[in-house]
Amino acid sequence: MTTTATKTQKGLLGTKLGMTQVWDENNRLVPVTVIQAGPNVVTQVRAAETDGYAAVQLGFGAIDPRKVNKPMAGHFEKAGVTPRRFLIEIRTADAGEYSLGQELGADTFEPGQPVDISATTKGKGFAGVMKRHGFHGVSSSHGAHKNHRKPGSIGGCATPGRVFKGMRMAGRMGGVRHTTQNLTIHAVDADKGLLLVKGAVPGPRGAVVLVRSAAKGA
Amino acid sequence: MQRFDELDHASLKSDIPAFRAGDTVNVHVKVVEGTRSRIQVFKGVVIRRHGGGVGETFTVRKVSFGVGVERTFPLHTPIIDHIEVVTRGDVRRAKLYYLRDLRGKAAKIKEKRDTPANA
Repeated sequence: MTTTATKTQKGLLGTKLGMTQVWDENNRLVPVTVIQAGPNVVTQVRAAETDGYAAVQLGFGAIDPRKVNKPMAGHFEKAGVTPRRFLIEIRTADAGEYSLGQELGADTFEPGQPVDISATTKGKGFAGVMKRHGFHGVSSSHGAHKNHRKPGSIGGCATPGRVFKGMRMAGRMGGVRHTTQNLTIHAVDADKGLLLVKGAVPGPRGAVVLVRSAAKGA
Repeated sequence: MQRFDELDHASLKSDIPAFRAGDTVNVHVKVVEGTRSRIQVFKGVVIRRHGGGVGETFTVRKVSFGVGVERTFPLHTPIIDHIEVVTRGDVRRAKLYYLRDLRGKAAKIKEKRDTPANA
C-alpha cells in the first residue's frame, strides 16, 4: 500500500516548562503553557521514491554519545549531527525542502496557528470509574450505602450472562500518549526558543511534547 | 517553575505603589471610546486585595450618588495607567466587607497616624 502525504505539516519536539498567564492585546489574561521548543535537527529526509512516503525525521534532546549504539551512531553520522535522544517523523508533502542537519526552532510556528500537541499524560495510578471515565457515581444520600463512587450495574443477568468486552471499569489511568487537538499558539519567542500555547498541554512539567500543525480544521 | 521567570516578570508591573485595604486610592483607568482613549479616575477605598502573582486583584469601593459602587481591577492589568494612594487608612482587617453595611459617617475610615518610630 502506498500512501502519499498530501498535506504540508510542520512539527517540533520540545519540553513542557509549565503554565503561566500573560496579557493579550485585548488586555485579557490568557492561560498559556510554555514549551521550550527545539532546537530540532533534521536527521533524515524520506522521499516517496526511496521510502514509499514523504516525511522528515527530527531529532531533539542531548544524549551522552557513549550511550548511543552503533547503528544509531551511524544514522546520526550520516546526517552530520551529534546524537539526539528523541527522534520523530513528520509526514509532510514538502519533505524535499528540508536538508539533512538543518536546525529548526520555535519560529517554525507562528502566533494564531492551530496545533495538535502530543505527550505522555501524567500517571494517575489505579483510578476508580468516576475519575477514570467520568461516571456520576451513586447518590450521597437517599439510602445509598457504601456505594457512593461505584459504577452501578455493569450488565444484564442471565441474558447475556456475561459482561461485555470493553466495559468501562476501574483500572490504571494516565501514563499514556494523548493528543490535544486544535490548541492555539499564543506567542512565539524565537530568541529564547519558547512557544506559548493557549490552554493546557498533556504531560507533567519537563515532559517531551510533540507540537504539530493541526490535523483538523481549515 | 523558575524556568520562565523572565516571562512572568514581563506580565507584571513594577510601578505599583504599596497600598492595602483601607487606603483611599485614585485608579487612573484607560477608557477606549470608539477610536480614541482617555483616562478616567476611579476614586475610592480599597476593600480587599486578593490573590497573588499576575492574577492579583484589588477591589475599590466608592459611594456614588448614594449608591455603592465596587470595581475589581486586576492589579497588573494594562488598562490601569497608574495608581495614586491618597490616604492611608487605619484598619485592623485585610478584607473590609463590613463597609458595605455601613453608610454615612460610620463608613468613614480613620486616617492612619504615623507613630514615632518605636519610641
